[in-house]
Amino acid sequence: MTVPRTLLDKLWSAHEILVRADGSSLLWVDRHLVHEGSHHAFARIESRGLPVAEPELTFAVVDHYAPTRRLAQIADPQISYMVENLRNNATKHELRLFDLDDPGQGIVHVVGPEQGLTLPGLLINCGDSHTSTHGAFGALAFGIGATEVAHVLATQTIWQRKPKAMRMHIDGKLGPGVSAKDIALNWIAGLGADGAQGHAIEYAGSTVRELSMEGRMTLCNLSIEGGARFGLIAPDETTFLYLEGRPHAPRNEAWDAARKAWVHLHTDAEAEFDRDIHIDADKIAPTVTWGTSPEQAIPVTSTIPDPKALANGEAEAVRDSLDYMHLSAGDPIEGTPVDQVFLGSCTNGRIEDLRSAAAVLIDRKAKVPGLVSPGSAQVKAQAEQEGLDRIFIEAGLEWAAAGCSMCVGMNGDVVGPGKRCASSTNRNFRGRQGPGALTHLMSPAMVAAAAVTGTITDVRPLLKGGKA
Amino acid sequence: MPGWSRHDGHAIAFPLHNVDTDQLIPSRFMSTPRSQGYARFLLHDLRKDAAGEDHPHFPLNRHRHASILIAGRNFGSGSSREAAVYALVDAGIKAVFAPSFGDIFAGNAVNNGLLPACVSDDDFNLLIRSLGDGAELAMVALDRGQFSIGNVQVPFALDPSWRKKLINGWDDIDLTMQHLADIERHRTKLKQTAPWSRPVADV
Ligand code: SF4
Repeated sequence: MTVPRTLLDKLWSAHEILVRADGSSLLWVDRHLVHEGSHHAFARIESRGLPVAEPELTFAVVDHYAPTRRLAQIADPQISYMVENLRNNATKHELRLFDLDDPGQGIVHVVGPEQGLTLPGLLINCGDSHTSTHGAFGALAFGIGATEVAHVLATQTIWQRKPKAMRMHIDGKLGPGVSAKDIALNWIAGLGADGAQGHAIEYAGSTVRELSMEGRMTLCNLSIEGGARFGLIAPDETTFLYLEGRPHAPRNEAWDAARKAWVHLHTDAEAEFDRDIHIDADKIAPTVTWGTSPEQAIPVTSTIPDPKALANGEAEAVRDSLDYMHLSAGDPIEGTPVDQVFLGSCTNGRIEDLRSAAAVLIDRKAKVPGLVSPGSAQVKAQAEQEGLDRIFIEAGLEWAAAGCSMCVGMNGDVVGPGKRCASSTNRNFRGRQGPGALTHLMSPAMVAAAAVTGTITDVRPLLKGGKA
Repeated sequence: MPGWSRHDGHAIAFPLHNVDTDQLIPSRFMSTPRSQGYARFLLHDLRKDAAGEDHPHFPLNRHRHASILIAGRNFGSGSSREAAVYALVDAGIKAVFAPSFGDIFAGNAVNNGLLPACVSDDDFNLLIRSLGDGAELAMVALDRGQFSIGNVQVPFALDPSWRKKLINGWDDIDLTMQHLADIERHRTKLKQTAPWSRPVADV
């Protein structure tokens, strides 16, 4: 009888080349994704005169600085410098580059799965914290810093200590207008932005099984906002259906062999976790953030917390956030006027996200301006085929090209100082969307509802109108 | 990167919770080559007003010689940007003590000789109380896992592999290169047992 193992155990041991006496493992990296921000790492291997160890396993994507209004922004010297820099490194090291005009371009965490580069059972690294996204396929995927990126470039391996294992059981049926984004904001509010630190989270339970790959990616993507570097979901038919026929996914006999291997990628029945958490999906309402940390999230139906009701340290943090956000304790969050909306990012820029926003916006007008940036050129093309672009444009929103865009503002798509934005992104940190920007995180459907009313709004009554 | 095992310097309190890497360095500065120095970007938008003038009350503006920060929980959460560590290191910071750290940040810190040391909530409160608004001479003993400000002495937790790395100033690439034969073996085995794991080339 073999010892029962978790999915994490299985993935870890399959990649472990050796373990050092101090407990660090040297792991093999199957896919390494780089972007413009990887310039520090390229400079580092350059200075040591080292080549890229496995150019075939390294893929470069233009996303963080990608101009979403292509021609206007590429004139910005800083942006063109960053894009050019990646091009030069990709050419020099013979890497496959998803450049601005490539039909496969997009945000790295959208492109990987879409291109079939992300597969169950792989170890995937990228110099970006939301690399946890790829765990939705049953891959060991985690974000790394520049020194580590240089290490992976030079050796195709990474030193890492095995995290603890946490299982999050999510059971029950999500209500209408409630999505994976709401599940994530909910548990992060419950456990805290460091609640899962040091852990790999495996998401399990009936709700997770019912989620599409898009929903699963949203869930794994946000793991890092609760402190976990890894999110994991065991692959199943939904996963295989999504992947079959993708450009870089295995074909024919290789596909059959892969399918046979992937069937074993699940936690054994008796395996034990360091922590088990249970979440009741039926109870989750559309959720929004009111503060400057993703843990500062509440159901749209409730009121902004009052620091007076909190312990010393916490009270101060709440007061600080309320100050920055220009909000008052005790007010209902619903009805808070917004200046603009943003739909996009690696969290919620996929086709299903755009569909759910369009379902709310169809035959309606936005009261505030907004930008829609699909997660990839493929998502853009698909949305245009389905006529979603018309819905957004007719509602009065701007339909732009793919990139990280207003999630991080590096390409110039920023929220102005003191402006309030309803956003489908992942971070409401101070100044994340631009200096002085006020960000409220929510699902794409909730962003659409905010656009329609010009305020933070419960999307559910809008769905009942029969228009969605 | 030179190793170190003891550091004497001035400690200050910076007790905000959840100081994320977007605060440590706003993204708009990240295209700067490292050779130009990152000190001026450290906590830029918290430290300076809209006109670019320093806020006189901000701890790091009052005590520019500080090399040790006592920070709130979840320090360095968020983005994997190593530039957040560059900004701290270039500004002369050698150690950060906090109840908890963002995982990626902590790894990046160690890779740049910066100590991310975990202290208990009680010790965190003790340190904050004993520092107040001031800057006090303090001592970090990396080898013993002890930190002291005057008579106040607290232990700190650090992954043993990180302790070793900081003390020896090790570079991972050099270490890994000693294992090339093992890596090659793994690579060959993988090609045989899981050929599907390599990407199908573009057609
Ligand atoms: S969309 Fe935002 S969170 Fe995602 S990779 Fe881009 S900048 Fe990072």
